[in-house]
Amino acid sequence: MLKITNLKKTFNAGTINEKTALEGLNLHLKDGDFVTVIGGNGAGKSTLQNAIAGVWKPDCGTIEIDGVDVTNMPEHKRAQFLGRVFQDPMKGTAPDMEIAENLAIAARRGTKRKLIWGVRKAEREEYKKLLATLDLGLEDRLSTKVGLLSGGQRQAVTLLMATLRRPKLLMLDEHTAALDPKTAAKVLELTDRIVTENKLTTLMITHNMNDAIAHGNRLIMMYDGHVVVDVEGEEKKKLTVQDLLNMFAQASGKEFANDRAMLS
Amino acid sequence: MAFLYALPGAIAEGLIWGLMAIGVYISYKILDIADLTVDGSICTGACVCAVLLGLGVPAWLSLIIAFAAGALTGIVTGLLHTALGIPSILAGILTQLMLYSINLAILGGKALVAIDSRSLELLVNMSDRTRSIISAGMIVAGTIVVLWLFFYTEVGLTLKSTGDNPDMSRAQGVNVNFNKVLGLAIANGIVALAGALLAQYKGSANINDGKGAIVIGLAAIFIGLSVSLKIKPNFVVSLIGVVCGGIVYYIVYNFVILLGMKTDYLKMLSAIIVALFLAIPYLKEQYFTKPKDLRPSAVSSNHNTGGDANA
Ligand SMILES: Nc1ncnc2c1ncn2[C@@H]1O[C@H](COP(=O)(O)OP(=O)(O)O)[C@@H](O)[C@H]1O
Ligand SMILES: [Mg+2]
Repeated sequence: MLKITNLKKTFNAGTINEKTALEGLNLHLKDGDFVTVIGGNGAGKSTLQNAIAGVWKPDCGTIEIDGVDVTNMPEHKRAQFLGRVFQDPMKGTAPDMEIAENLAIAARRGTKRKLIWGVRKAEREEYKKLLATLDLGLEDRLSTKVGLLSGGQRQAVTLLMATLRRPKLLMLDEHTAALDPKTAAKVLELTDRIVTENKLTTLMITHNMNDAIAHGNRLIMMYDGHVVVDVEGEEKKKLTVQDLLNMFAQASGKEFANDRAMLS
Repeated sequence: MAFLYALPGAIAEGLIWGLMAIGVYISYKILDIADLTVDGSICTGACVCAVLLGLGVPAWLSLIIAFAAGALTGIVTGLLHTALGIPSILAGILTQLMLYSINLAILGGKALVAIDSRSLELLVNMSDRTRSIISAGMIVAGTIVVLWLFFYTEVGLTLKSTGDNPDMSRAQGVNVNFNKVLGLAIANGIVALAGALLAQYKGSANINDGKGAIVIGLAAIFIGLSVSLKIKPNFVVSLIGVVCGGIVYYIVYNFVILLGMKTDYLKMLSAIIVALFLAIPYLKEQYFTKPKDLRPSAVSSNHNTGGDANA
């Protein structure tokens, strides 16, 4: 499904701020994999997703989605394969536009947009039903500007937008980190439901090790621009937070003095 | 009494400037770009129209060609910005400067080209104010209807989202760069159309027409939106508000002239009005809002929580 080979990216090359964020990363996702991604701050997790999305060009390496080499494809073209939810709830929706308009734009991801009505009547009914499944009382607020919603509501809408048109790969970047615990739990539950129902191949970054263990069928840990741990199936199910901390210590060569470093 | 006499003229001219303000609304409010091409493209519209009328082209056709010329200036700014990576403000300034030379060339090197408003069949004309108000009003209404329809199409919605949230737009497969060029083309097309009407109304095109047009446009937008947003914050009402803002601006303008203020100072007045409107939201935020609750429990409902941008 997703095949990343020898991916490298250095920011600000040749300056004192030079930072190699991806160091020849290799990753291969199978169809239907639900992968949780953990790793310390600055490990390169967000950079990996930005590379897949095509926010900039990598220095070298190739990215293939479902057999298509997208390495040189511009971001807006690649979007046809991808659904994204960001950590910042403000980033995934257009605040000055209605909920229905946001959804309608997402429903046409990857199609050629035409000079025909942007939100059809029948669509509104469909969105109503979809919003009702969120159980956030948004089904009667189709014409509300998204900017008036809470962060949690916005993330839930963004999640719908990312999956409205079935993406080949769903990418979630700490999408519950900015939410209060109760809302975060709800959005995560919603994520699980959508991913399972649609059998989506998913790459979910989280800073919460318990969540990383509890969700998905596979877990990878990143350190310094590499994938240092990759476990799946039964082995993954049996993981504990202590296991993860030990693995981190082994990979980084450091005793894990302060687990905050990894949790944050 | 003199004021009442000046009123129809102020309304006619205000309608034309209101049309121009709709163009500025598209770049400034919808695309979120302060586009300084406007000062040049309004003059391009005036020059193209005056020259074409002189060549015997019918008034309506010269308006359409003026629109196309304006759209072209928007495309130039758009490409300078998106294809060459020049900041949008600078891109607009560069095009504006280029247009000074081009407008002069259009006028055949003269600083002023007169329109023979007695023998030509014009759509708007200072000496027939009723007719001017009706024609300008119909063109404005037509423009609003077309824009209203357009901005609810699939393409139109992505144009709105491009200005509202470019990150989201790209993630949803929208070609943000193309949309910026398209939006600037439409905006400057409308501005040039207003310039063409203005030339017909005044009976001439002058190389210095349109200096400070962007500021007048912004003033009309701020005046208009300060009322229309309170009535109903939707697209059509906003556009109507912007046009009314233009009319109010010109009525005030005429009133101030009647009070005996020298027209030389009016640009200063416009700039101050715009500066005030731009400053008000900032001042409100700085001095009149309570500190926000930043505890984690409040974070989900707080719109200023960025978190890390994660770019
Ligand atoms: N656009 C950028 N420009 C410069 N440096 C960047 C950029 N994006 C990420 N980095 C750097 O790359 C490293 C990895 O960042 P990131 O992928 O965001 O880490 P995380 O695993 O916490 O998501 C960090 O040192 C970060 O400062
Ligand atoms: Mg990150």
